Amino acid sequence: MSIHGHTDLGTPPASAKTSVCLKIDNQDISVPEGTSILRAARQAGLEIPSLCATQSLKPIGSCRLCLVEIDGVKGTPSSCTTPVQDGMKVKTQTPKLAKLRKGVMELYISDHPLDCLTCAANGDCELQDMAANVGLRDVRYEGGGENHLSASKDTSNPYFSFDPAKCIVCARCVRACDEVQGTLALTVAGRGFDAVIAAGNTDFFTSECVSCGACVAACPTATLMENTVIEHGLPDRVVKTTCAYCGVGCSFLAELKGETLVRMVPDPEGKANHGHSCVKGRFAWGYAAHPDRITKPMIRETTQQDWREVDWDTAINFAAKKLTAIKHKHGSKAIGGITSSRCTNEEVWLVQKIIRAAFGNNNVDTCARVCHSPTGYGLKQTFGESAGTQHFDSVTAADVLLVIGANPTEAHPVFGSAMKKRIREGAKLIVADPRAIELVHAPHIEADFHLALQPGTNVALINALAHVVVTENLVDTKFVKSRCDQDSFTEWKAFAADPANAPEAVAEICGLAADDIRAAARLYAAGPNSAIYYGLGVTEHSQGSTMVIGMANLAMATGNIGRMGVGVNPMRGQNNVQGSCDMGSFPHEFAGYRPVSDDTTRKQFETEWGVDLSSDPGLRIPNMLDEAVAGTFLGMYVQGEDIAQSDPNTTHVEAALSNLECLIVQDLFLNETARFAHVFLPGTSFLEKDGTFTNAERRINRVRPAITSPTGLSEWQVTQKLANAMGYKMSYDNSSQIMDEIAQLSPSMAGVSFDLLDKEGSVQWPCNEQAPSGTPIMHAQEFTHGKGMFLTTEFAATKERTNRKFPLLLTTGRLLSQYNVGQQTRRTDNMRWAVRDELEIHASDAQMRGVRDGDLVSIRSRMGETCLVAKISERVQPGVVYTTFHHPESGANIITTELSDWATSCPEYKVTAVQITPANHLSQWQDQHKQQAASRRHQPEPAE
Amino acid sequence: MSAQFRLFVPGDMLAVALGADELVKELERQAKVKNLSLEIIRNGSRGMCWAETLLEVQTPAGRMAYANVTAKDVKSLFKADFLNGGAHPKSLGLTRKIPWLAKQSRIIFNRCGIIDPLSLDEFAASGGFSGLLIALQMSGREIIEQIIQSGLRGRGGAGFPAGIKWKTVANADGNTKHIVCNADEGDSGTFADRLIMEGDPFRIIEGMVIAALATGAEHGMIYLRSEYPFAVKMMRNAIKIAKNANWLGADIQGFGRNFELEVFVGAGSYVCGEETALLESLEGKPGIVRSKPPLPAIEGLFGQPTVINNVITLCSVPDILARGANWHKKLGIGQSTGTMPFQLAGNLAKGGLVEVPFGISLLELIEGFGGGTGNGSQIKALQIGGPLGAYLPPDMFATKVGYEELSNIGAGIGHGGIVVYGSDVNMREQAEYAFEFCAEESCGKCTPCRIGAVRGKELMQAKTFNKSLIDELCEIMIEGSACAMGAMTPIPVQSAMRYWPQDFAKENK
Repeated sequence: MSIHGHTDLGTPPASAKTSVCLKIDNQDISVPEGTSILRAARQAGLEIPSLCATQSLKPIGSCRLCLVEIDGVKGTPSSCTTPVQDGMKVKTQTPKLAKLRKGVMELYISDHPLDCLTCAANGDCELQDMAANVGLRDVRYEGGGENHLSASKDTSNPYFSFDPAKCIVCARCVRACDEVQGTLALTVAGRGFDAVIAAGNTDFFTSECVSCGACVAACPTATLMENTVIEHGLPDRVVKTTCAYCGVGCSFLAELKGETLVRMVPDPEGKANHGHSCVKGRFAWGYAAHPDRITKPMIRETTQQDWREVDWDTAINFAAKKLTAIKHKHGSKAIGGITSSRCTNEEVWLVQKIIRAAFGNNNVDTCARVCHSPTGYGLKQTFGESAGTQHFDSVTAADVLLVIGANPTEAHPVFGSAMKKRIREGAKLIVADPRAIELVHAPHIEADFHLALQPGTNVALINALAHVVVTENLVDTKFVKSRCDQDSFTEWKAFAADPANAPEAVAEICGLAADDIRAAARLYAAGPNSAIYYGLGVTEHSQGSTMVIGMANLAMATGNIGRMGVGVNPMRGQNNVQGSCDMGSFPHEFAGYRPVSDDTTRKQFETEWGVDLSSDPGLRIPNMLDEAVAGTFLGMYVQGEDIAQSDPNTTHVEAALSNLECLIVQDLFLNETARFAHVFLPGTSFLEKDGTFTNAERRINRVRPAITSPTGLSEWQVTQKLANAMGYKMSYDNSSQIMDEIAQLSPSMAGVSFDLLDKEGSVQWPCNEQAPSGTPIMHAQEFTHGKGMFLTTEFAATKERTNRKFPLLLTTGRLLSQYNVGQQTRRTDNMRWAVRDELEIHASDAQMRGVRDGDLVSIRSRMGETCLVAKISERVQPGVVYTTFHHPESGANIITTELSDWATSCPEYKVTAVQITPANHLSQWQDQHKQQAASRRHQPEPAE
Repeated sequence: MSAQFRLFVPGDMLAVALGADELVKELERQAKVKNLSLEIIRNGSRGMCWAETLLEVQTPAGRMAYANVTAKDVKSLFKADFLNGGAHPKSLGLTRKIPWLAKQSRIIFNRCGIIDPLSLDEFAASGGFSGLLIALQMSGREIIEQIIQSGLRGRGGAGFPAGIKWKTVANADGNTKHIVCNADEGDSGTFADRLIMEGDPFRIIEGMVIAALATGAEHGMIYLRSEYPFAVKMMRNAIKIAKNANWLGADIQGFGRNFELEVFVGAGSYVCGEETALLESLEGKPGIVRSKPPLPAIEGLFGQPTVINNVITLCSVPDILARGANWHKKLGIGQSTGTMPFQLAGNLAKGGLVEVPFGISLLELIEGFGGGTGNGSQIKALQIGGPLGAYLPPDMFATKVGYEELSNIGAGIGHGGIVVYGSDVNMREQAEYAFEFCAEESCGKCTPCRIGAVRGKELMQAKTFNKSLIDELCEIMIEGSACAMGAMTPIPVQSAMRYWPQDFAKENK
């Protein structure tokens, strides 16, 4: 038992419904069939020593400490590998067992350094605990025998060390890599006494290891140990909190020593991650203490001036005065703001509130605009709720996974591992992606179909899948009849059956074989449990919303909604993108996705907030930028977003931002957007926040402050101060009160409170009177708005097309080790894995252009030009190139277009026609950017 | 046209190692010079290792044998008119009358060393497939009943009743059931599996098809150690021939039953002879033992119900079907029914394979057949059951060999290997070797075996002899090891310490 107070029950739980009664040490015990004796005993509070067993991994029975005696059974079987049986009588403590255990420990210690006092695991070492448990007092095997004590350390990984001298070869690390992470980077090399843990034939850093930390967490000794623990010693206190990277929302235990964060350990009780993590959440948190971090408010009159550090009141008053002045001079609609999907629900709530109540308009938008706004729209139209239908655990019952435009193993690694686990168990897999993502082909994973479609043809594909379902009688008529709107279904069915949507008709458009489309459709329809998982490859298109609707149609038509293993599941990009949308960060919607024009809803807000609210929808981000360019939008409050880097058509964005009279940026770092700001309000990292994040499965997780904010204020306090300075009174004492207000004003979150979250760990909305403990799976009995609605989804090709001048299609994605615009990850050792964005190009396209691997190339679109290093890759098909967008100097958005989703204005990041040519210098924009970057900082550039 | 003379020169690994191929070349060369036409059959070995290369000539009176023949002897053999059975110093007379063979009850090895191993006609003419043909007309349950009634026990070492194992697999739920033949014959001093695979491969196939019929399996694998390249080639050829003749594959002999069989070559690990490590290896993983339960009969190869039988067990099956369970049951003693191919090795005058019913005494085997030590010294010890078997002193040689009879004296039959040691052996060195063998071959999964074996070896090498620690270590290995590898290593160690304490009294130099 560690400082977390968790008891490791030794083996995974059994799922059987039938239970078995047995006696362990004369105690009557009843457990589900299939439970190990070890787990049954530990659940009953009986301690059996063990080293190789841990509850997240299948038992192997290698350490031989958990041996027991069973009446009528020969020998001393290992309790971890022996399942309980009815009527069994087990003894866990006998003189014989004591002697065996002590003997085994003596053997272990005969090949283990006796340096406990100086060992990093001293006090947190299972080997040490077991030696104490069995009462080992003496090692009688004389020194000088064969041993591993001089084996050399592997310190190649920046985050953890591997010290094989301390290894007991329990293979927990290997098994964690296999079973939990699914990367299979580790192995036991050699046999007998020569058996050692190896990361293939190389060191950890250059191996296939993805640094998820599962092996480190699983290691019972100091063999695999976080470097921070080696440096600082063991933590002495723990704060349960939630990771602030992707939309998986992993629960973590922040382990601290005083105010020093020693390590982040994934919480075994975390309902989204079940004790697993990725390299970002587990290790890449050092940015919070990076010297680049700004902790004092700063102001300047013009962006030509240098920043001036001031106290909070000065900065707030400066900002309030500027905004108020603009408001008076140009009308209230000339100002607005952007909430952040990186911030807590409570912080977001106050930003949208200050805009609606103090700014006096609905000019609030959020970064979901540029990622998952089509999800909100499409799922609302069809299912009646702007959210994914399932919880993550639903995947454990899925028989067919249809992954469209998502790359889970890089962008949502912990859920990617859960998917891989299910696929290894035998689930079928269809990947629809222009690029061969890792899931297409990985150790023990092979997609049944990889539909490598042309970027921009998603809707044609989904219509073809629907066509097969409709024309081959694969519709789940029972489900459609009882659960869906009949008229809309009839119309949709006729649409789908149109020969224009037949696989044969769209095959060429999509660049796919018609037979593959047909077979994939049949596989999906056959299920019995088929689940769709999708990402920004679906939404960031001019027909993003259409595609979301198309997937919802398909799921309803085949009856894949409302139970375990099915559903339509958006892989949310950011930690709180679901929450920031739920909080009402949209210009046309209040919290709970209710129109601002709806009088009843507005009245409710007006009463609660004591202020008149506008019934006119406000400006979306692109509209704000357009109006800024036009000179009619002049003041902006941007919390935790870097639109200068993340939004499309950088030239346009920069022109807009330069035009603003007052730009307030609230962030950890002087980001790209801050180049154009007048007020910089230092933000808080997730380690300092107190509030909630809502992950991709609608799970509201608590974020608890592990360390004190170096800025002196919480972010919600800063917003509150700004509101008060602008004359609108806010007086929250803590973020819990903000959540109470959220609950009061959001029907689907009516039951949520910090008390409930502290009690339950987390809940999934809807959480209200009807569902007091939350709702893991939505639309189980009926859809949120009653009957499921089908909508026809006619394919209309994007205007962005290849031609002689721009013959290639560029699409974008993420890397495992970096996160979005990279503000955080670029300030960690994750840089060691990805120092730059590269352009993936197929060998044939490269050869035609005289491009070799590692060459600098120019990527030109009709919008602009940037230069990247080329990487020849078979992951992309000829005609398609691919890059990531983690580094500002890459200027990926210099080339992306102004095109966007017809319904939600979500930019079409995923399709840009480009030409690639060899280059010998950076683009003009990049040169300028470089110069500005050198001059704009008031602090020296960090060594990256 | 048929040749004037029919000769038999074993093609087995031992004979080839002793120059059988050169012998054949020389015979052909000199025959050509003499313008004689010879037909030389490359048969299997008769198991008289002491007489290899055993050259046989077909004569009207029967096959005449010449022992220890090399290419150098060819000239003198021709001079002695060996083609007509002429007298020669190396002549053993009529093969069937050689006492070493005549005293045996060859059932499993009835045609080994006699026929052309790949001749289906010769196989069938000597009773091959008669058991299978009977089984094809029986229900699975009836076959299993016969095997249970026969009292056949596993010949790989554990001695578990074969019929019960089959019954468990037959009753287990599974999409695909498998028959796995354990041909990873790793015990030092054993070679029965090799001899039968090289000498009578169709017998194994016949036994496996019967097992498949009994259990409902349609797929089989032979796990064959890489150290047996001749056997690999022979088995693969035999499978091809059997398949072409419809004794394997779909709709076997028109009876509507299917069975596919393949050979899997191991990678040189002793512990892969342990059935669960063998399964891991077959699945393409490192040969590391699994925990039981589940039993392989319930969850075996790729999680499916699997029969794993030793080569000799499977080779015992056809005759049980052909001659009936009662015939088999009457052979042997007590609970040990049938015959056992004992393999005599070590310091013996006449090493080789002796197939006799259970109940023969150890003395009869090593003196009667083995002829005492090869160097004329007193026999000091024998080890029965492979490198993890017990060392027994001469005063126990009267013991009749049977599973229970040996168990009663702390020993086991194992795979039937007996290695004899003369007076020059030091038993402490042998005990040290037992640990060393374990350390060399341990898969490394469980601690008692992984570390214990190394520490045991070191304790044996230590200047002073710490008997109590060794005893304790042995107890931990016996009780704590995950499989028989670690659990049985103390058997040779403790038997050596028990019967030859004087060898342990002295300080190590």
